[in-house]
Formats: sequence, structure tokens, C-alpha cells
Amino acid sequence: MTETRKTTYREALNEGLREALQQDERVFLMGEDVGHYGGCFAVSKGLLEEFGPERIRDTPLSESTFTGAGIGAALGGMRPIVEIMTVNFSLLALDQIMNNAATYLHMSGGLFNVPLVIRMATGGGKQLAAQHSHSLEGWYAHIPGIKVLCPATMEDARGMLWPALLDPDPVLIFEPAVLYPMEGTLPEKPTPVAIEGAKVLHQGKDLSLISYGSSLHKSLAAAEQLAGEGIAAEVIDLRCLRPLDDTTIIGSVSKTHRALIVDEGWRSGSLSAEISARIMEQAFYQLDAPVERVCSAEVPMPYAKHLEEAALPQVETIVATARRMLNG
Amino acid sequence: MADFCMPSLGADMTSGLLVAWRVEAGDKVEHGQIIAEIETAKGLFEVEVFEDGVVEQLLIEPGEDQIPVGTPLAKIVADGDVVTKPDAAAEPEGRQKVSPVARRRAAELGVDLTQLKGSGADGVIQLADVEAVAGAAESPAKAAPTARKITPSAEGMRQAIAAAMSRSNSEIPHYYLATEIDMSRAQQFLAEQNKQRSIKERLLPVVLPLKAVAVALQKVPQLNGYYVDGQLQQREQVNIGFTVSLRNGGLLTPALQGVEQMSIDQLMAALNDLIGRTRAGKLRGSELTSAGITVTSLGDLGVQSVFGVIYPPQVALIGLGKIVERAWAENGALSARPVLSATLAADHRASDGLLGAKFLDAFGRALQQPEAL
Amino acid sequence: MNTDEIKQQIFNGLIDIAPEVELDELDPNENLREELDIDSYDFLSLLIGLNESLGVEIPETDYEKLVSLTDLVAYLAAKLDESR
Repeated sequence: MTETRKTTYREALNEGLREALQQDERVFLMGEDVGHYGGCFAVSKGLLEEFGPERIRDTPLSESTFTGAGIGAALGGMRPIVEIMTVNFSLLALDQIMNNAATYLHMSGGLFNVPLVIRMATGGGKQLAAQHSHSLEGWYAHIPGIKVLCPATMEDARGMLWPALLDPDPVLIFEPAVLYPMEGTLPEKPTPVAIEGAKVLHQGKDLSLISYGSSLHKSLAAAEQLAGEGIAAEVIDLRCLRPLDDTTIIGSVSKTHRALIVDEGWRSGSLSAEISARIMEQAFYQLDAPVERVCSAEVPMPYAKHLEEAALPQVETIVATARRMLNG
Repeated sequence: MADFCMPSLGADMTSGLLVAWRVEAGDKVEHGQIIAEIETAKGLFEVEVFEDGVVEQLLIEPGEDQIPVGTPLAKIVADGDVVTKPDAAAEPEGRQKVSPVARRRAAELGVDLTQLKGSGADGVIQLADVEAVAGAAESPAKAAPTARKITPSAEGMRQAIAAAMSRSNSEIPHYYLATEIDMSRAQQFLAEQNKQRSIKERLLPVVLPLKAVAVALQKVPQLNGYYVDGQLQQREQVNIGFTVSLRNGGLLTPALQGVEQMSIDQLMAALNDLIGRTRAGKLRGSELTSAGITVTSLGDLGVQSVFGVIYPPQVALIGLGKIVERAWAENGALSARPVLSATLAADHRASDGLLGAKFLDAFGRALQQPEAL
Repeated sequence: MNTDEIKQQIFNGLIDIAPEVELDELDPNENLREELDIDSYDFLSLLIGLNESLGVEIPETDYEKLVSLTDLVAYLAAKLDESR
């Protein structure tokens, strides 16, 4: 049996960063408050002291500028990690991400790759209100030319960064802010993880719960509750939002004949809509009930705790929807 | 347009059972009208709508249990906005509903779908229906929904109370104050009143303290309200939650609404009506959620003082004990007086002892002028 | 009206208030309100019911005489005699 140890999602990310910085001199981290302050969510705490200001760089409050600088450094042979505080602020850098990072390989006729990693916090649940709490990773999953990852487990938080840096093209890593204090265990000796493919975290035959990020944990809790009622739900962690792992999704739905997608994004035009469409395209004749979705309410994320909770997908809603899908 | 949602009938409620609709699709409804019966761990309640309009659609069938708070139960549209929809029952010629996998499996097994009745929602024929007929059912039949109970179990209520009170004790920093009040004037007033009254119109002793609570709350409004998200939300109307014990065990604290506006007679009538309906299981949803303070009177059982646990999100609870004759010194003379021990349990986040003391003082003074109540 | 009939009227009122109690097993000399676990509201309801069914006025000052079932029966019987 492998030895395990206790840690948090935040510490796991910190370890991943340290390992990357130790392994490759070309790797450096830059972003708002990543150095002296230790990161807005304390993910890069202690790194400035260990690796110095050349490699842990505090930037001005200008997402477009430092993301652009990251793209330039990547083109120049470095392996930059750019941290953007939250996905809401990343919209200031959307032009750089979309029109430069994702497009350069194509525009240069295949001459220039952009080996850049951009990390950012996403999602609600921390009472940070409507300008810091949205789940816009589904928008980025729309863009060809980049990979979009969302680690929800300790292993992925610890392990996704290094393979992302090895990838020759831009990779975006979304860290659900609500998961930072989550506790869990890691093997004493970290094992490498892949940055493609979904994972079945819980086997079941009656219904597929397809989810990622913080919604994954709600889906797992729902599956446990449903098990008590005799409903065996299969839970899929998407892990990688672009490209989507059709094989795992379709394989599961072909077994359970029912799919419920849990996505913290807004329903209209969401990643859940894309997954639903793919199931319809590839597994229509496997379906025993319409595909259903549990998403966030289509409102700016409220600040008040009870309203925020009401706006986000919750275990009870997932359980009730699953129950309805099975019992009619 | 608005959704009529599963209401939250108290801090301890997370889901409910829709027992019955009192309206049908197409019915006009108005603010305050009772449109549904909801059962919770605490019993059966009549629930009002707070919209004027027309019921466009009932979304949930009666009998569905464990509907989470906030789940839309019906759609209410403004009168005039009603979209007339073709009556579903009027189109029996429509295509038979068969799930895609059931249709495919039926073709493989040679099952005639027109002979089948579906078990899914809206009679959809599902995989299990096809396989059951073909004798090829591999998946075990799903458990039939269990029959529901109408009477709330004493256990369920116990659990609900346990949850709310545990939350109260862990979240609310309580402080307690107690005082003794000379009730001779109040009792004399009551005796005189009741002498003139027929038995049906007689006042119960508790109405005077209840009214005195309302008077005192107008002087110290900080104890009337909710503590939510780190802030006190003060109430203007005085709605007093009155603890009513139930014979099968457990208790409810429905609200006497607008006590500050009531005469003593109106309050007595309201109390009669409320206790009767509480024990008959005919409370309205709003009566369970509107109280800004709770009064618990245990004097009937000979209890001297009551130290209560606040019902969240309220910020105070008044406990009333038994009125007992005591030696009472006043103006240098000793006499026997009927004395009421009154206590205040209050939320220290919302108020301080000084304020609580002011409240008890105002409460005691109000009882010295019963004719003014 | 004899005492058995009066007792029956009292039981009729109590059935609504304390439906689960076996009234036949009630100790007639014990404190009625404690035995039945009823509060002042229930007690007033009982007296209102007896006022309606028997036509007996019961002033509040007499409440303290009405402790046990025996007390109540005797009181009502005396009142009914008076009014005859």
C-alpha cells in the first residue's frame, strides 16, 4: 500500500508550483500579488523567499499587459506561469489569450508555439459577489488552440501543472476558489497525472452525473445520498474541459441511459449545453430519459449568503432532479 | 410572471411534501390567498400566495415528498398574460412517447409498442417496460415510491426541533436576564374583567403579559427582528411567536400578528383562534415564519422560571413562569403579592444586557397599568 | 341529571381536548389538569363546553374549587340543583 499524507487543495497547488520551479529554470510565475503577498488566495506563499524576485514576479494591475508579457516570454523560449486573480478579471486579458496565445501557431504558419500556462480562480461560494464569482471556463472551452483544465481532486491540483508546462501550446488551469481550503490526502510520492481525459470517480448503473470543479464534490455527495435510496449514480469528473472526453461520457451514458450534467456556469450557451448536444449526437438511441442539467441561476452572482447558495447548484437540487429522472 | 415556490416555514425546514393544491391551472389568485397544503416535519400547513394573478401551470403533483425549499411549485402570471395552451388530454392522437433506447430495444426484441403502457413520467415507455414484457428484464424493478404519512411523526418533529435548537445553541451567544413582577394590579384587573364577562368571553391570564410584550417592544424595538448575515433586521410590526405544545409531543410557535394594534379582546380572540388552529393542524405558512420574538409560558405546569433557547433567526425569547404568592416589600411595608418571574433570553450579537434590562423594565411597568394595555 | 350523566358530559368535552387518554382509567380524586396534561386554554375550553351543554355559569372565582373530576361533578350537580 502506498503511504499517504494529509494536505489541502491549496498546498497541493503550491507543491506543484515548487516542483515546476525546481525542475526547469525556464519556469517563472508572474501575476498580481503572487510575490510579497503570497498570492491573493495564498497559493504561492513562500515561493518568493525560495526562488527570488526574478522568478516570482509581482506585476502591475493590468491583466492584458502581463498576459501579453507571458506570451512574449513563451515565444522567447521561457515557460511562464501567469496567474490571474479570478476568471472575471481574465476578461481584460481575453484579447491576448484569444487573439494571440490561441492563434499564434496558426498565424505563424506553424512556426511558433506558445508554451504558456495561465492559472486563475473561478466560481462562487465564497461571498465574493458578482465581479469575482462567476464560472466562465465554459467560454474558454469554446476557443480552439488552447487546452482548458479544471482540477477538482488533490491529485490533479498537485499534478496538472507540470504536464501543462510540457505542453507546447497554451493551457488554462481553472482553480475553483471554494476548493482552496479543501482537505484531503495525497500519496507520499506523487504520481504523474495526464491532462486529458475524464475520470469515473464513482461507479453506478442508473444515471450518469457529469460534472467538474466544485460541482463535482456536490455530485459525489448527491450520489452518496441517492445510493441510500437505491439509486446508483455514476459520477464523472470531466477534468479537461477542452478537449472534452467524448469516449468516457458516451460510454457511461450508454451504460446508464440517463445523463444529468451539473455545471456551475449559466445554463444558456454553457458547457453543459455542449455536453448535452454531444450526448444527443452520439448516444441518442441510448437515452431512456431526456438529458437534464443543474446549472447556476441566470443572475449576476448575489453577495448575500443565502442568495448565493440559492443561485449555485446544490446537492438537494441534484438529488431531486436525479430522483425525478428515475421515478418519473 | 412569478414562480410560486416551496416556502421556508422556519429555520429548521429544508424540504416539504406537497399534500394538495387548493387551486387549479387557470384559477385567479390574489395576495394572501391559500393555494396549497404543505406538510413538513412540524405538521400540515396552509400556504398563501403573495402575488395577484392567474395560475398558469401547476408544476408539481400532490404527493411529491422532500421538495427542497425554493423549488418552483406553480407558475403565476399577471391576469391578462395567460397563454392558452392546447389541452394535453385533448390530443390522444399524438405520437406515443417512447424513450429512444426503449424504441430501439423493442425493435430488437420484436416487442409491439402499441400494446405497452409506459411507467415513466407522462406515461413514457422506458427500457424497463420493454424488457419486462420481453421477459428479458435484466435490471431489477425500481422500488415503488413509499406511501406517505399524513400525520407528522413525533420523531420527525423532534428531529426538526433538535436541528433548530442545536443551531441556535451553537450559533447564538445567548445572554439571560430575569426579573420579578408584582402582578396584583394585573390580576385584579383580570378578575374584574372576567367577573363581568360570560365564560366564552373570559380572558386567559397570559393575554396581559403578551400585550405587555408588544408595548415593551415598541420601546425597545431592537429585540423584535431577525439576525441575518451579521446584521439585525428590525421589524416594525410586533408579531409574537407563542409556544403551543402539541399532545403528540413537540411544539409549534405560530405568530400572533400585529399585536401592537390589538385591543385585549382582539388579542384574546386571536389567541383562541391560533391555539385552536395549531392543535387542529390548520396553520398558515406565514404564521410560522413571521414572528420577530417568541413567548414561552410554562406557568401552567408550575414552573417558576423559563430560560429559553432562541428560535433562529429571531433575537429574543421571553419566558413566563407561574404566578406565585410571595412576600413583597414596597414603601417600607411587607405584604403578600402575586409575583410573576419573567426571563429574557437574547442574542448578544444583536443587543446587550442594558437593552435587555430596559425591555424587562418596560414589560414590568406595562403590567402595572393593565387598564392601559 | 344524575352524576353519571354529568360525568359523561365532562368526558364528551375531554375527548376533543385529550383524545388519546383512557378516561375510564382516570383517578377521579387526582388533579384533573395534571392527570390529563392540559393547560389553561384547554381547561377554559372544557368549561365553555360544559357551559354550553349544561347551561351552568361558572364564575372565574370558582375555578380553584375545580381540581379533581369528583370536584367538578359535585360542583356542577350542585349548580344544576340550584337552578332547578
